[in-house]
Amino acid sequence: MSMDLPRHWRLKQARYRLEGSHCEDCGHTFFPSRLICPECRSENVVAHQFGGRGRVYSYSTVYNPPAGYDEYVPYTVALVQLDEGPLVTAQLTDVDPEDVEIDMPVEMVTRRLRQYGEDGLIVYGYKFRPAWEAA
Amino acid sequence: MMKIKKIIGVLSYRPRREFQAAKEQPPSTHGYDFHHSRGEFDGLSSPSTEVIIMRNVSIVGIGQTPVNEHWDKSLRELATRAVVGAMKDAGAGPDDVDALYVGNMASGAFTGQEHLGALVADYAGLQGVEAVKVEAACGAGGAAFRQGYLAVAGGMKDVVVVVGVEKMTEKLNGDATSILATAADADYEVDHGLSFVALNALLMRRYMHEYDLTHIDFAPFAINAHRNAVHNENAMFPFEVDESRVKTARMIADPITLLDSSPIADGAAAVVLCSADTARTFTQHPVRVLASSLATDTVAIHNRRDPLFLDGAAKSVAKAYDQAGVGPNDINFFELHDAFSIMAALSLEASGFFDRGQAVREAQNCEISRQGRIPIQTLGGLKARGHPVGATGMYQIVEASMQLRGEAGGAQLPNARLGMTQNIGGSGATVVTHILEAER
Amino acid sequence: MKPTREVGLVGYGAYVPRFRIPATEIARVWDGIEDNGVPIESKSVPGPDEDVATMSIEAAQNALLRAGIAPTDVGAVWVGTESKPYAVKPTSTIVAEALGIGPFTQAADWEFACKAGSEALQAAFGMVGSGMLSYAMALGMDTAQGRPGDALEYTAGAGGAALIVGLAEESLAVLEASTSYVTDTPDFFRRQHQHYPQHGHRFTGKPAYFHHVLNASQNLLDELGQTPADYEYVVFHQPNVKFPLKATRALGFSRDQVMTGLLSNRIGNTYAGAALIGLTAVLDEAKPGDKVFVCTFGSGAGSDAFSFVMTDMIEERRTRARSTQMYVERNTTIDYATYGRYRKKFVMN
Repeated sequence: MSMDLPRHWRLKQARYRLEGSHCEDCGHTFFPSRLICPECRSENVVAHQFGGRGRVYSYSTVYNPPAGYDEYVPYTVALVQLDEGPLVTAQLTDVDPEDVEIDMPVEMVTRRLRQYGEDGLIVYGYKFRPAWEAA
Repeated sequence: MMKIKKIIGVLSYRPRREFQAAKEQPPSTHGYDFHHSRGEFDGLSSPSTEVIIMRNVSIVGIGQTPVNEHWDKSLRELATRAVVGAMKDAGAGPDDVDALYVGNMASGAFTGQEHLGALVADYAGLQGVEAVKVEAACGAGGAAFRQGYLAVAGGMKDVVVVVGVEKMTEKLNGDATSILATAADADYEVDHGLSFVALNALLMRRYMHEYDLTHIDFAPFAINAHRNAVHNENAMFPFEVDESRVKTARMIADPITLLDSSPIADGAAAVVLCSADTARTFTQHPVRVLASSLATDTVAIHNRRDPLFLDGAAKSVAKAYDQAGVGPNDINFFELHDAFSIMAALSLEASGFFDRGQAVREAQNCEISRQGRIPIQTLGGLKARGHPVGATGMYQIVEASMQLRGEAGGAQLPNARLGMTQNIGGSGATVVTHILEAER
Repeated sequence: MKPTREVGLVGYGAYVPRFRIPATEIARVWDGIEDNGVPIESKSVPGPDEDVATMSIEAAQNALLRAGIAPTDVGAVWVGTESKPYAVKPTSTIVAEALGIGPFTQAADWEFACKAGSEALQAAFGMVGSGMLSYAMALGMDTAQGRPGDALEYTAGAGGAALIVGLAEESLAVLEASTSYVTDTPDFFRRQHQHYPQHGHRFTGKPAYFHHVLNASQNLLDELGQTPADYEYVVFHQPNVKFPLKATRALGFSRDQVMTGLLSNRIGNTYAGAALIGLTAVLDEAKPGDKVFVCTFGSGAGSDAFSFVMTDMIEERRTRARSTQMYVERNTTIDYATYGRYRKKFVMN
């Protein structure tokens, strides 16, 4: 089975740390990272780590998963609007589908995204769970 | 040796009436203003464009296979049947054809077969002809048609065949779902477990939230499509559905149910295109391609400034209206890309037929039916005719041609003169719009 | 034993997954009687998208928040576990990368049954104490599996803690001394490629758990010239509730001293995480000047004992991240079928 090892390895900064980009010219921050700022076309962009907090912009619960995601069904996916502005597509976790609502505050956690079978690569990355007030 | 064609005109098109496109709004300073309402059909860039038209282009032959689960037919057989059908309809022989364009999304993943240009040319009896595959996810069919149009309009080819084909049923269940998801962003959408349905569900949920709608409010899209498909002998689901059936349909990705979705299917549809001045040598009822345009948007929904507005569709139709010199009120019917009910609503709004947030209400008022303001999916659409992804854009063209030729049978519209098709790749990333006119 | 430089804990963090299965639910399925003398109330169960790597990342984030140091200053990431996501490939590199630690850092996974984490902690004290590193992180984390119907299934839970070791002047708890006591005792083991461990039933008690816990603890007390009365808190490895309470009595500690760090009744036995998460629960409560005694146990077998004195820094540091009890309190009860699915108890192919 193809496990796309180089691709998943290459994505670890974004997956583990929600690393996107910041445009040094216009100040825009965006996720995922790009070589060219989508706002002002500047190539003067640097890595930017997002704080991992945001709100649910929209959500859906998946009952018919793509291959490789069966073990997590049903799972809830969302567009999360980060506090810094950009939207990010991710799963929600530690929450029951019926408890999700639009505008719900969420925070990033690192979880298993999938595994390539019991003997294959485990892919880790960001998910979001309902925000939990600090102690 | 290449013939030098005469430039027949340099035309400056402007909207003819009623459709007055507004200027693009300046980006908001902070860049993320999703909740801003654009009001009625603004946000479009529509400068008067100078289009060099070498020649006008007409559709002179159409062909299609039924849309279905064709367990006993291969991709090459489906494509061959559609191509041969279109050529017979046009009375064209192999020697007449200068090029073949094959619209297809994912033959490599679905069937293990790429290189469709040469393969289909070979099996369809067009050995040696210039042939190439065109891919733009579910917008492949429309994109291939546009390549054929450009080749003839630009004078490089006299007669071309365009076929859209998809053979999806070689793969079942999760594998097909994974292949369809390749239309989305692999790294930042699909790896997070989003199916293509889930991405559309995110749009539908937000739309329901913004405009205070419930799932059942979208039922008219499915009901209308199925009602019209009854008259289409090539449709996969030629039966009516009612609201109670929509209510109890199986959940796929909340809030999208089976009846908000178009089915996985096999099929092929084809046309023969030629320059308008030679169209009558092939057929007595040519269909003129008044406008052809393709525009793009971000592949990932999360990169869009406003996920509930299909910028790509707005740009695509603005260019098409501009080229044809018409506006939405001139269009008699609209074959749009209802892969999901929400896409039908967003497409109608971005294309200027309804105000933002109104498409569902207007559908409830029967404005999308054959008697309504803008009939859509007159032969079933993706929902009920079926959605063999890379072929869909070509089914739209073939069905619109049937309406304009007066061959739509029980689904025939009384005054079908101007029809529009809109084929969408991904969740709005590639939008191909065509405006077709019956030549009398 | 103690290093030449004074060292202590500069940060700590806990993690427990959200799901719980009541022991009575397991008894219902396997004994046919719900109330048949179950060893604990409920145990924690990891969600289908959790494993030792993801759980370690969150515990380590909490520890880094409390330590208030740059991730790149951490010179070692050591994960003690017996439920590695990969049999071969370090969990610790995943944790380090996710936290922005490294690449100039040590990283390894440690194995000594339930004392893998405290073994790593001792090494961390040694590395910082010797001056080789400024900070070192030790984790004890497990998603333990018990064979369906086995006595261990009632208690095999999921969770653990991360501890960051630094110099004493920056510490919220200063290490007084530590000792280790090991013998070759086959009380519990899992062979290569096996899903579930084997255990020696009553043999796991006296010659294993109690022999090592009591000897290591008494040795450290003697070495320090201390008695149980000198401590405000004591934490033992907690495979259940009975064993640590019995060790408490045997050594002369009181129930009041042990209860704050005794979490097994609510979350089960978190194996390599068990004593360390007991310690983080104590760190959440202890006052400056309080003394804390910890003794771990790992089958095979051995114990590590530690003596700490709390400093003034604990009061502010503990507020910087989520408390252990917040993780213990969050709780979604699942039935045996859901548990069976999440823990992959069903034969799928």
